[in-house]
Amino acid sequence: MLLEIKNLHASINGNEILKGIDLSVNFGEVHAIMGPNGSGKSTLASILAGKEDYEVTEGEIWYNGKNLLELAPEDRAREGVFLAFQYPVEIPGVSNTNLLKTALNEIRKYRGEEELDAIEFLSLLKEKSKLVELDQKFLSRSVNEGFSGGEKKRNEIFQMAVLNPKLAILDETDSGLDIDALRIVANGVNKLRSKDNAIVIVTHYQRLLNYIVPDFVHVLYQGKIVKSGSKELALELEEKGYDWIKNQKEEMPV
Amino acid sequence: MSITETQKIEELANREYKYGFVTEVEEDKLPKGLNEDIIRQLSAKKGEPEWMLEWRLKAYRYWLTMTEPQWQNVKYDKVDFQDISYYSAPKSKPKYNSLDEIDPAIRETYNKLGIPLEEQMMLAGVAVDAVFDSVSVATTFKDKLKDLGIIFCSMSEAIKEHPELIKKYLGSVVPFTDNFYASLNSAVFSDGSFVYVPKGVRCPMELSTYFRINASETGQFERTLIVADEGSYVSYLEGCTAPIRDENQLHAAVVELVALDNATIKYSTVQNWYPGDKEGKGGIYNFVTKRGLCKGINSKISWTQVETGSAITWKYPSCVLQGDNSIGEFYSVAVTNNMQQADTGTKMIHIGKNTKSTIVSKGISAGKSNNSYRGLVKINKKAENARNFSQCDSLLIGDRCGAHTFPYLEINNPTAQVEHEATTSKIGEDQIFYLNQRGIAKEDAVNLIVNGYVKEVLAELPMEFAVEAQKLLSISLEGSVG
Repeated sequence: MLLEIKNLHASINGNEILKGIDLSVNFGEVHAIMGPNGSGKSTLASILAGKEDYEVTEGEIWYNGKNLLELAPEDRAREGVFLAFQYPVEIPGVSNTNLLKTALNEIRKYRGEEELDAIEFLSLLKEKSKLVELDQKFLSRSVNEGFSGGEKKRNEIFQMAVLNPKLAILDETDSGLDIDALRIVANGVNKLRSKDNAIVIVTHYQRLLNYIVPDFVHVLYQGKIVKSGSKELALELEEKGYDWIKNQKEEMPV
Repeated sequence: MSITETQKIEELANREYKYGFVTEVEEDKLPKGLNEDIIRQLSAKKGEPEWMLEWRLKAYRYWLTMTEPQWQNVKYDKVDFQDISYYSAPKSKPKYNSLDEIDPAIRETYNKLGIPLEEQMMLAGVAVDAVFDSVSVATTFKDKLKDLGIIFCSMSEAIKEHPELIKKYLGSVVPFTDNFYASLNSAVFSDGSFVYVPKGVRCPMELSTYFRINASETGQFERTLIVADEGSYVSYLEGCTAPIRDENQLHAAVVELVALDNATIKYSTVQNWYPGDKEGKGGIYNFVTKRGLCKGINSKISWTQVETGSAITWKYPSCVLQGDNSIGEFYSVAVTNNMQQADTGTKMIHIGKNTKSTIVSKGISAGKSNNSYRGLVKINKKAENARNFSQCDSLLIGDRCGAHTFPYLEINNPTAQVEHEATTSKIGEDQIFYLNQRGIAKEDAVNLIVNGYVKEVLAELPMEFAVEAQKLLSISLEGSVG
């Protein structure tokens, strides 16, 4: 098993956001986590990546045989956890190439691998940039600076392609994308799917899942996974709306 | 933040100044104190001609009438000028024919600094006039320069060998009446470098001086003069480190540049003097007067500085754009951490027609430090069609530091075009987290962000120097985020 979350509780500034999450992800699987605004989707993504703002009050996260919560964010990344950010930040003056070279070499160093030389690295970049149809000129531009919303998201998937993670978490990657950009991003992700990795897609809408077809769909509501199922669950949600879940939840005994 | 990370950051924060060490060399030193007699002794020790002594004495007498300036945005204990020894030289100065003859202790010092002279001699053309304390002990590549007619020697030597040039240009840009510290320097300057590039000659290598303050409680008063004759080009590098000292050490240098018609001077500095400990104890006072005169038409002077050290940095490398169509440039990175203070910037004085100046200043403040940019753009009445572009950015790391900008504009000609842009930003937690998530640890993330921020300025430095500057930036900011 690649990822196992057991009874995860987490809060921010004393407010409990996650109230007991259980989730298992195996190699080769794509999981979609859906839910209405404020259900805790992005919190879960941030905690997996190691953002310090959140306090885990209870529960465990095991990743590839390691206790994930004991690892610093950079070590999680080096172990193969990748978060495609909902709001990728701008870093003026630092080129995409420079960021990726630094990142990739840190990761390789951690794994005891040799750093790539300039030629190998550049040919890797070139190859991977085709995956998300990213123009070469983006490589020399500062990270996300002056990028459109769609370009930022594409750039996230490009970074994922270069860093080749074991576990990729896509946080609302579809938000702000028009239909063409959505297709490009989804195609890129699909090409990266393999039996050696797993993908967790956090999304509000079902439409991304038309392009990246998940093996499992989970519905997160008020900090808990209230429903899990196959890809059909997403369609059902789309059709009935989140009220369907809310009503069901209210009917359930507390 | 995880425990290991906190420990790591504390460890980094507690790391001592890397270049803090003292080389034991026998010294020949004047007693503490300043009076005419000391200046006479100093001049005599250096075997100077009478005219030089007279100049020093005039400067000293003028200095006595001056008071220390108070307007700067830095605070420090006043310097006791009677508590300083104004001359210190390694004992006995034989003429060196090769590096092997140099005192091994001195060579060891350079090795610790990572600038082995022999390597530099072999590596593509950096000629080094190494200033160890006050006296030059090694000058290299002289023969090659000599063939081209370029003079590159210590100031002491220039006074003896090239009196006509020194008499003509010394004090021609920074007169001994200029300011309190420049007057003091004129009276007691110990040594420094002199460069003369003859007409039409392009200096084929970067000229470089490594300054070093070593003798305990010895004020350093370097004097540098660079003259680029018509149509010539020279690039000059200045870099330094200093050992740990408890007493504050005053460094009041004067640098004068003169560019004649169609000449270009590029002057680059990487400054890493001991900044004092985390409480601000010790550290160098860097009160320097640097000024370039674009005397001829189409001349150009470009200052690039990376200031990471010193307890107090107080300097304004300036350009006087006298020749028509002359160009002045100032590219600066000033870093302050812990208790460091910096009040630095530039002055661009437009006198000639169609003169242009560019100012790019990047301040970085961390810890409890204070970083001020102070700049003057002055367009004189007759400076038709003058152009200036100024960009002054401040980057804050943490929330206990300060950044201040004091731009002054004096425009006396309506055809002038002056632009000023200023930004203040903070290294965001979200930027650091983003880089952490890509496998880059906190310190490296800060370095990456800082290097991105200063990129424009580092691009102005010669390649080897840019690499050194990057290293210095990361050393200076160690432990600043946590």
